[in-house]
Amino acid sequence: MSRPEGCALVTGSSRGIGAATALALAGDGWPVRINYRADEEGAREVAERIAAEGGRARVLQGDVADAADTERLLEPGEDGPVLALVNNAGLRLDNLSPQISDEDWQRVIDVNLTAAFRATRQALGPMLRARFGRIVNVASIVGIRANAGQANYAASKAGTIGFTKTVAVEVARRGITVNAVAPGLIETALTEGIADDSDLKKAIPARRVGTPEEVAACIRFLASEEASYVTGTTLTVDGGLSA
Amino acid sequence: MATDVTTDNVEKVIFDGLVELGTERDELSREATLEDLDVDSLDLVELAQIVEDEFGVELRGDDVKDVKTVGEVIDLVVSKAA
Repeated sequence: MSRPEGCALVTGSSRGIGAATALALAGDGWPVRINYRADEEGAREVAERIAAEGGRARVLQGDVADAADTERLLEPGEDGPVLALVNNAGLRLDNLSPQISDEDWQRVIDVNLTAAFRATRQALGPMLRARFGRIVNVASIVGIRANAGQANYAASKAGTIGFTKTVAVEVARRGITVNAVAPGLIETALTEGIADDSDLKKAIPARRVGTPEEVAACIRFLASEEASYVTGTTLTVDGGLSA
Repeated sequence: MATDVTTDNVEKVIFDGLVELGTERDELSREATLEDLDVDSLDLVELAQIVEDEFGVELRGDDVKDVKTVGEVIDLVVSKAA
């Protein structure tokens, strides 16, 4: 089976898991759209690394919480339609439940869940016509097991997992797969201040935090043609933490 | 560039689209029902994408939920473009 002409979009790919994923997908021959909200320098560095390795990349600014920005990120361009979508952009605004403001609740849901829905909705049209598509949503083990202080984040990630399963069954017969990865503790800006906690490391069977590249390798597989019979699943990437 | 939204153009695109989705061309008519043609909800989503690509006309779920025949789909696209 040959992959139809199209590109990959990785939201939030100026650093961390998104950047590692953009590099991995470029390594698989995807022209990659690198998206950033504020870190233009980081995004350009990722694009330069891809170009240096012979790949193709475009850098696109856009806030995924903004519907118009998301629409623009997914418009078909010279690199074709988006046939691999990685909904990675995310944020956490942690607090104990009684202290989470309405604004912090909504902001986390908007960025982590609603944005993934909007991007997926738009991506599916061209994917349906191409009879091919790969959608990978970056969830979290916090969407599977509890972590005090992250009720808004957990709700958004559990929602992402449910959303992933539902869309997967809706479009499976058109050659489109929809999966999620659920990273555990990964060394990124998002886990700054947590990743050094030695008690937490003791709770991880692998006794270490993971790397963005280890998550990207899983996303790369789920976005590949070889993963054509894998859909609706959530792959935990957590050093055994949720086992 | 988007195709002109005339009844003839829309009919051609819808008929071709339905064939692409697996319908036999000799079963197609304006009067044929989507149910008889085995056009399911996902097929309708794809047909809406074909229409959007060809004519720049967006069909949402609410637009198509009461549509029963091929002719009604064609008339809907023409009316949305007007």
